[in-house]
Order: sequence, then C-alpha cells, then structure tokens
Amino acid sequence: MHCHDSGVKINIPPDSRKIVLAGNPNVGKSVFFNALTGLYVDVSNYPGTTLEISHGRYGNDVIIDTPGVYGISSFNDEERIARDIILDADVVVDIVDAVHLERDLFLTQQIIDTGVPMVVALNMLDEAGKQGRKIDIDLLEDLLGVPVIPTVAVKQMGMDELKEKICCARSGHIDIGLHSKLHELHDRVANQGEALLILEGDPVVAERHGIAPGSEREEIYLNRRARVNDIVGHVVSEGSKGLGFGSILGRMMIQPVTGIPILLFCLYLMYKFIGVFIAGDIVGFTEETLMQGKYEPFVRSIVGRYFSESSVPGSILIGEFGVLTMTVTYILGLLLPLVLGFYLVLSAFEDSGYLPRIAALTDRALSGIGLNGRAVIPIILGFGCVTLATIVTRVLGSERERRIAVFLLALAIPCSAQLAVIAGLITSLNGTLVALYVISILTVLIVTGTLLNRFLPGESTDLLIDLPPLRLPRIENVLKKTITKSYHFVLEATPLFAGGALLIGILQVTGLLEMLQRLLQPVTVGWLGMPKESATIFIMGFVRRDFGAAGLYNLGLNDFQTVIGLVTITLFVPCIASTLIIFKERSRREGFIMWSGVLFLAFLIGGSLNQVYRATGSVYGVIIGLISVLLATLLLTKIFVRKPKLTSEGINYGR
Amino acid sequence: MNLDKCKKGHKIRITGIGNSDIRAQAIRFGISEGEIVCCAEVVPAGPVVVQKNNQEIAIGRRLARQIAVELIS
Ligand SMILES: Nc1nc2c(ncn2[C@@H]2O[C@H](COP(=O)(O)OP(=O)(O)OP(=O)(O)O)[C@@H](O)[C@H]2O)c(=O)[nH]1
Ligand SMILES: [Mg+2]
Repeated sequence: MHCHDSGVKINIPPDSRKIVLAGNPNVGKSVFFNALTGLYVDVSNYPGTTLEISHGRYGNDVIIDTPGVYGISSFNDEERIARDIILDADVVVDIVDAVHLERDLFLTQQIIDTGVPMVVALNMLDEAGKQGRKIDIDLLEDLLGVPVIPTVAVKQMGMDELKEKICCARSGHIDIGLHSKLHELHDRVANQGEALLILEGDPVVAERHGIAPGSEREEIYLNRRARVNDIVGHVVSEGSKGLGFGSILGRMMIQPVTGIPILLFCLYLMYKFIGVFIAGDIVGFTEETLMQGKYEPFVRSIVGRYFSESSVPGSILIGEFGVLTMTVTYILGLLLPLVLGFYLVLSAFEDSGYLPRIAALTDRALSGIGLNGRAVIPIILGFGCVTLATIVTRVLGSERERRIAVFLLALAIPCSAQLAVIAGLITSLNGTLVALYVISILTVLIVTGTLLNRFLPGESTDLLIDLPPLRLPRIENVLKKTITKSYHFVLEATPLFAGGALLIGILQVTGLLEMLQRLLQPVTVGWLGMPKESATIFIMGFVRRDFGAAGLYNLGLNDFQTVIGLVTITLFVPCIASTLIIFKERSRREGFIMWSGVLFLAFLIGGSLNQVYRATGSVYGVIIGLISVLLATLLLTKIFVRKPKLTSEGINYGR
Repeated sequence: MNLDKCKKGHKIRITGIGNSDIRAQAIRFGISEGEIVCCAEVVPAGPVVVQKNNQEIAIGRRLARQIAVELIS
C-alpha cells in the first residue's frame, strides 16, 4: 500500500477494498457511515489535528468516513486529510446534498477527475422535494458518468440500492483538455489523482514527487465550475419557495440586534446546564463521592502497603498532589464531566447549524483582536478547560491567530474549575466590586488582543464560511461526536496532567515549592497589598487553578483585596497542564515568552489596580482608570492603523 | 464598488476577488468572478452574507473590502 506520511495507520487486510465516504460538510456522510458499518467502528485521531477519522468494516471491505470539505487541496487540515484518504481509496462513495447541488458537484467532479471509481448518493431528496426542486437523476448519471443513487439517509431510503451499486462504481467523465494534460504527466506520476493535484498546484503532493507544483489551479477550477454549472442547469428544475421559518431564524441569529439576545439566551441555558447541573450536581458526585470518597482511599490503601504516604515515592504517588490521587480525581472526577458537557453543547450548536452563525455574529468583535469568527470555538471551550481550548486552536487559519488565541486563553479566560470558585467568592462582594472584576478582565482581554493584533507580524485570515440550513440536531450524531472528542481529549491530556503532578510532587519533596513561596512574598505583600500567606495560593494556582482561587477563602481578605486576588489569579499563569500544552503546541522559546509574559502581566495588572486604588482611594477611581486605558488603546490603534497589505492584483480598495 | 458597500437585497455581479486562495475557494462555493449573487444580509461593521440559490456564505468585512462587485439591481 502506498503510505502517506501524514496520516494515522489504519489496519487494512490486504485483499479488502478501501471504500471512502466523501462529501461537503453536513451532507449526511456520518449517517451513511453508521448505516453501513454498524457497531464495530474504530476512531483514530490524526496527529497534530483535532480531527477524528472513523473507519469500520463492511463485509470484507473497510469503510472510511472523511471530514466534510468543499474540494481537496491543502487549504486546511480537513482538506489535507480528506485528500490523502481519497487519493488512497479504491472506491469513493460521494454523498451529495440535493439542496446544494451546485456547490457539492464541484467536489464530485474533482474526485471524478482523480480517476477513482465512484458512486454518487444524491442525498437530502426529502428537503429538496419540500422546496419543489426536481432533479433528473438519469441525466445526472449520464453527464457525470458514474452511478447516481437517490437517498434520504435519515429515513434509510436508498441504502439498499447504494449497497448494491457500490460494486458498479466506475470512473466518470473527465474534461478532454484536462485528460490530455493528466496523460502527459503519466510517466512521472503514476497515480492520476496525485497528477491532478500537482497540476492544481498542491504543494504537499508536488513535494512528495519532487515536482514543482503546477500553476493551473485557477484555470482548472474555472473549467470545472463551468462544467458543473452546466450540469446543474440541465438536471435541476426549480420550484417556487418562500422563506421558511428556519431561514428567518437563521438571519436573526447573525444580526446583532436579535442575534446577541439569542446568543445570550443560549449561553444562559448553557450556564444552567454546565455551570449548575454538571459543575454542581454531577461533579459533586463524581469528584467527592466517587473519586475522593471511594477511589482515593482505595489506591491509598493499596499503595500504602508498600510506601508510607510521607515517604518520597509515597507523596509523589498518593500525597497531596499525587499522580495516582489528585491527577486521576481531577481528570475523571472534574474535567471529564465538564469537557463532556462543553462538547455536548458545542456539538449540538454545530449539528444544528448555529455555530457558523455565532461565528458570523462575533466576527466583528474578534477581528478587532486579530482573530476571526471561527475563534469562538476555542474561546467557548476555554471556559471549560484552557488545556483543551489550547489544543483546539489548531482549527484556526494561521499561525498568527493561533499565537494570539493561545496567549489570550492563557491570560484572560478563566476555566470552569476556576469559575466555580470565583463565582462562590464573588457573591460576597458588592455590585461595584463585581463590576471592577469583570471590567478588569475584559479590559485586559481587549487591550492585550488589540495590541497583539497591532504589533504581531503577519496577516490573520478572514472569515469565509458557509451558513448551512438550520436543523434540529440529531441526538445520535451529537452524542457520538461528544464521546469521541472527549475521549481523545482525555487521551491527549492525561500525560500532561500526570506530568504536571509529578513535577509539583518533586518540587514539594525537594522543598523547592516552599522556597518559591518565600521568593514570591515581597511581590504579594508590597506590590499587591495582600497578606504574605497569599504567595501560597499563587503557587497552588499553578498546580490547579481552582486550588489557587479556593485558597482565597481562608486568608481573611477585605473586599478589595479579594478582587485584587481574583483578578491576579484569573490572569495568572494557567495550570501546569496547560503550561505544558502551550510549550508543546508552540515552540519552546515561544512557550517560554508566553508563559513569563502572562506571569508578568498578571502581577503588573493586579498590582497596578492596587496602586491606583491607594492613590485615588476609591473603587470608582480604579474603574475610571481601566476604562481610560481601554479607550486610549482603541483610539491609538485606530489612529495608527496598520496599512492593510495590498495583496490584490489590480483591485481598488475602498477606504 | 466593493462588496462591503452593498446593502441588503442588492443583486450584484462579482467582478474581482483580490486574493488567489480566496478566489479558488470562491470558485468552489460557486461565487466566482462573473457570478450573480444576492446580498442577503449585512452585519453592521461585520460580515456580509451573500446568497446564491440555496447557498449562503458569510464573508468577513476585511475580505468583503477586497471583493469588487457591480450593482445589477
Ligand atoms: N432531512 C434530511 N436530513 C438529513 C439527511 N441526511 C442527513 N441529514 C441530516 O443532516 C445533518 C448532517 O448529517 P451528518 O451525517 O452529520 O453529515 P456529515 O456529512 O457527516 O457532516 P460533517 O461530518 O460535519 O462533514 C444531520 O443533522 C442529519 O440528521 C437526509 O437525507 N434528509
Ligand atoms: Mg461527519
């Protein structure tokens, strides 16, 4: 088997065929996958991405699901993976959404051009029917040159016919001009699909063959588009349709006047579900009753037979920060339920088509800090677990955006473990102080983001996103996504948390932890105006962010000190697991700069609030100070805007 | 005129897309140069949503500024 070095290894018996399901996003691939494979499914994670690829057995053959893409090339991770799986396929089952035929057939024709045998499943015919759209299937079959099977995946209609026709898969019609060009390359590149991608200028495939990437992408794409439009013109007859409730609601979701209240309402439901139900009831049970009540005494008693808890190996394994006690409790008792909750909500948003609309709604605000609407995904997840969110920044379009997002997540997004404690402490404060806390964090987020956007070199990518029709999410789909994503997170994060606990354990038994606490005291007392014991909570914050915040309860702080403590601990270096992931995801050097930058900013800002408070003697003074910093930053960056780089070829920009 | 100046309901022809990667993606979506689309929604200072048949695509403001269009009605 030709083995591409980018992928995971999928074990495939030598005599079985690789049947690949391909198609645009949201066309029903996974519904087909589930219908064809049944229970025995393997999910593998592609290294360096957050993408899980499912594959399962189908008789003697193997079926592989792919991420939804609009074409195959190297624009993003999804495409790179889909490209490699499709190029390696024996048969492609291309799922096409009848409602979006003109969009979907571009990919269909591109796969036909790779020469791989194919069948097309023309799906969503129920929805097309509702819109009065009729499609001449026989003619479509003739024009494409491959079998086309009408299906409604959710009602299992057409499944049997599809199964029968998989063996009739054949190569479709290719444009004559393109065909001769592919033929010319044949001596050098035996695989027609790879030859096509080289012609289309795909740098990765070209490099594999040691050939310079072609420069004809645009011409090939335009010809293909023209061909597809022609096919659609022949096979589709359109009925009349009014705007359904779905599309009206969809529009309301992206207009700020209606979209912001809708978003706030959804976030409120999310808070009720995750913040109250999961973080309270479920975690109360899993963390306290199950893990601390049953599991920890159990491992302690077993390990305790060999090492006493006060010995060095004992305290590393089962001590206060034990790898077998704290780490396991933290991951299974606390993080897992929260991550499941966050992914459940996110998958429901995604499956219903709401997520891209949130991206469109928030794009404006996020572009101010050098990100685009897509960054809502890691930001939402950040409130669950910053470690998880840092991994998920892989979905962002450029290194620059990842850099900004990782830094802001580390600095200004409190994770759920911390939020619970913050929420507890904040209820004892009066409204002005709560406002001070919220304004401080928001100001830090906006000012830092704006400045990073202003001064970091490079360009961020822009939003260009398909808004799919709104649908009720399918429970099965949502659960499956939630479970596989959470499972892969636990796999990826466990070594980080264990490594972190180990490190802290070592610091503790060697006495370094205490030394660090003493080193920190002058800063906390003199600069932050906090009691000297508070140094401990900052160090604890590094172990587990919520430990740090919880430590504030017992210090007997006055209200203003509590706010300073909360602000500093929120901004303070994220927990050790997310520190490790920052180093892993970014380079060591960049990780170090980020890490020390966050540390420095946390104390700088916490301390400045304290100093301003002392100087002005009032909380309002501090708030006014913050707001003027915010306004000044926005104003200055407005005045000294960076000239947009003119990447255009002969187009005039409006100002 | 550029896409960011369009109003909701305008029917427009796309005449030029600045960046070649974006141009390639636009061809895939079926909104390449020469196509006629409808400006379905304009988020104030935010993305512009263009519609063609059943397809709706949100385009960030900065990108919209780089897309030249011609007003049809
Ligand atoms: N009405 C209708 N809905 C369908 C049909 N097929 C799939 N769906 C729905 O379309 C949505 C998307 O289906 P998925 O199977 O998740 O699509 P996918 O192609 O795997 O999507 P990605 O993996 O995100 O690319 C789900 O909510 C399905 O219930 C169909 O024939 N008719
Ligand atoms: Mg899928």
